[in-house]
Amino acid sequence: MQEVTENKEFTPNIVAFCCNWCSYAGADLAGSSRMTYPANVKIIRVPCSCRVNPTFILKAYQQGADGVIICGCHPGDCHYVTGNYYTRRRIALLFSMLNYMGIEKERTRLEWVSAAEGQKFSAVMNDFVKTITELGENKRLTDLRVKEGE
Amino acid sequence: MQRIGVFICWCGSNIAATVDVKRVAETIKSEPGVVFAENYQYMCSENGQQLIKQAIREHNLTGIVVGACSPRMHEVTFRKAAEEAGLNPYMVEIANIREHCSWIHKDMEEATEKAVILVRTAIAKVKLNAPLTAGESPVTKRALVIGGGIAGIQAALDIAEAGFKVDIVEKNATIGGRMAQLDKTFPTLDCSACILTPKMVDCAQHENIDILSYSEVEDVKGFVGNFHVKIRRKARYVDETKCTGCKLCMEKCPSKKGLNEFNMNLNTRTAIHIPFAQAIPNVAVIDSTQCLKFKTGKCGICQKFCEVGAIDFTQQDTFVERQYGAIVVATGFKPIALDNFNEFGYADNKDVITSLELERLMNAAGPTNGVLLRPSDGQHPHVVTFIQCVGSRDTSGCGKPYCSKICCMYTAKHAMMIREKYPDTEVHVFYIDVRTPGKNYDEFHRRAVEQYGVDYIKGMVGKVYNENGKLMVQGANLIDNEQVTIESDLVVLATAIEPEPSVRKVATLLTASIDTNNFLTESHAKLRPVESPTAGVYLAGVCQGPKDIPETVSQASACAAKVIGLLVKDKLKTNPCVAMPDEMMCNGCSQCANVCAYGAITYLDKEFRIGGGKTEIRRVASVNPAVCQGCGACTVTCPSGAMDLKGFSSKQIMSEVDAICKK
Ligand SMILES: Cc1cc2nc3c(=O)[nH]c(=O)nc-3n(C[C@H](O)[C@H](O)[C@H](O)COP(=O)(O)OP(=O)(O)OC[C@H]3O[C@@H](n4cnc5c(N)ncnc54)[C@H](O)[C@@H]3O)c2cc1C
Repeated sequence: MQEVTENKEFTPNIVAFCCNWCSYAGADLAGSSRMTYPANVKIIRVPCSCRVNPTFILKAYQQGADGVIICGCHPGDCHYVTGNYYTRRRIALLFSMLNYMGIEKERTRLEWVSAAEGQKFSAVMNDFVKTITELGENKRLTDLRVKEGE
Repeated sequence: MQRIGVFICWCGSNIAATVDVKRVAETIKSEPGVVFAENYQYMCSENGQQLIKQAIREHNLTGIVVGACSPRMHEVTFRKAAEEAGLNPYMVEIANIREHCSWIHKDMEEATEKAVILVRTAIAKVKLNAPLTAGESPVTKRALVIGGGIAGIQAALDIAEAGFKVDIVEKNATIGGRMAQLDKTFPTLDCSACILTPKMVDCAQHENIDILSYSEVEDVKGFVGNFHVKIRRKARYVDETKCTGCKLCMEKCPSKKGLNEFNMNLNTRTAIHIPFAQAIPNVAVIDSTQCLKFKTGKCGICQKFCEVGAIDFTQQDTFVERQYGAIVVATGFKPIALDNFNEFGYADNKDVITSLELERLMNAAGPTNGVLLRPSDGQHPHVVTFIQCVGSRDTSGCGKPYCSKICCMYTAKHAMMIREKYPDTEVHVFYIDVRTPGKNYDEFHRRAVEQYGVDYIKGMVGKVYNENGKLMVQGANLIDNEQVTIESDLVVLATAIEPEPSVRKVATLLTASIDTNNFLTESHAKLRPVESPTAGVYLAGVCQGPKDIPETVSQASACAAKVIGLLVKDKLKTNPCVAMPDEMMCNGCSQCANVCAYGAITYLDKEFRIGGGKTEIRRVASVNPAVCQGCGACTVTCPSGAMDLKGFSSKQIMSEVDAICKK
């Protein structure tokens, strides 16, 4: 198994959490405007960026994600008034923890993307994929337990 | 055992051109739990929906995944279809394989692979979905309006006209608000009282409106459709039901030295008084801090003269409790205090006044009967200088960072009114910028300059000082690049406005949010400008942000439309995707309630069995599903992991993460 992945050109696996009101709609707009970004970004819809529990992010790394991006409404524009302020603080705390765990800070990103910013969404994703590709595979937190079917 | 059905849409060629839809359906068929997978040209079409319904019935599906366009497009459509086939509508998940896949990727192989993963992710989630039912809560068909200025009056009239009961709670002895104090109003220069007082009378006479003047909201419980409000009716020492407003008491009252707030303290009034001639209700009130009966125990003259026996010195504050379906906040504003602006000499010179004071000095019912006279010596001023932006657009911390919006227009109004009435008077205006957007507004300002010869000087004023009885206004003229000093008889400060301070208490009671300047925040600055983030609470007038009368009235009517839209409903359907605590895990720590922007979380003392036939009482969080908006802030804050969000549970999201990361 190990060998195969190393020989293949590295394509990162990226989890994107998008809030329903701004960023998910921004991603929709990127799509309807036919803007491209790599296929390795997969979006999970959450009502608000503040629904993203830092443990979801850790779980993603544990399951082999190479990068995690959280997208929410711009500060001041949160559909739920103050949700993204909580996100901002929580992620700031998470950064210091990830750093401590030896997971590069660049693997996790927080971005504000409005429903009108399809262009920004695709630009952010392109840039993020580039960053993660350069960083290489995330091996730090991979789950070493025996997996189903192994 | 889960029986999942998967439906892959081609969306014509929108999906099918880049995603091999047939292969997706084939691959997915072998996923554990999937008992049916099909692809079709247009799933959202009548036939497509039929296909889904039939499959649900025939295969006894427990959940479905539709791989199609964004859930923002057709989630509702497919939920409805599921419901029609007897499946709970919340057992439906959408895999967005159009906007998030076929439209952004060009390579068929890549896009197909991704589509499979997205569908798998949705399957992982739907397996953990639970049937949800939208709750229902009844609606009390009565509205409360807090604040009886023009905003509150307009909102109340519109709601009442639609056939619903409305109560106006006004803290002052009369409704009318600031507009009642104005003389003429821009941009048409019609008399304020002439357009306001008929509306006040309409309120008093409307069978659906109940005016609770001299009252304040004391406590609010409940939620949209079901607010329970306690109102304090302050003792006015005059029986409202008996007083006829004859004013005989005012003639006889010996205590005449109270400052007349309505006239901005420019003259005095008696202890028992009616704020102004057209007050609604037209009922006297006793200022107990001034009344001799209260201060010395002697007097009671008004009581002797009152023919209807309305005076009651023993009156106490009383409380009324009522139920409301909706609440409109319309608490308005006040001009800021000028303590931080000594340079303008407001405290030291009687002839330095605020614009609102000028309104009273120009008003026929004001302290000078409408003759413009200097407060210091009662002389007619020959040179009047206006200073704009006093405390507005001030980032130094002394004033307010925002633009008060109305001052440019009312200063132009004042300047014109003075020039019109007293053509021999020179009028100067110091300004930073003239901001007059609005229908016929810029024309209005130009009229002041071009037709009325008002001297506009671009520049700030550094100092106002008294020299031999003249007010010297020293400032910059930025256009001519020179310092100027204008010898004036009267100086008028266009003072910044701020929300009425009691709004803080009101906002706290309603869990409505306020911004750093104490203005109430709307739910969405652009799309929901009259709704507060707290469901069932609406905002009208200056309490939400600086605005003039036309804007205030528009906003109030918009509020009324929203309120009526709510009150016509017999029951409210509530979003079932709300937070819910696991009571066995909750330790009642309050962290969730602290982050809830809606005040949806309260605490209950509940009895739990702890084994051995014993029970214990524990404090646990309780979410009101009618108030919770389902953001999930509380779920992440909860230190014990007791709080979860229906429809977006931690388990569901974790399973999505798993599905995406699975290699
Ligand atoms: C000097 C000056 C001149 C102006 N000239 C013009 C003009 O020419 N044209 C124009 O369009 N606009 C003008 N305006 C603006 C105009 O006054 C406002 O737009 C308007 O009064 C706003 O109405 P409102 O109902 O929001 O607030 P308000 O008029 O302030 O009314 C609020 C009401 O709520 C009551 N209240 C407050 N707190 C509570 C509480 N906690 N409980 C119960 N009741 C409460 C208050 O007592 C008051 O009656 C002028 C303003 C100023 C200062």
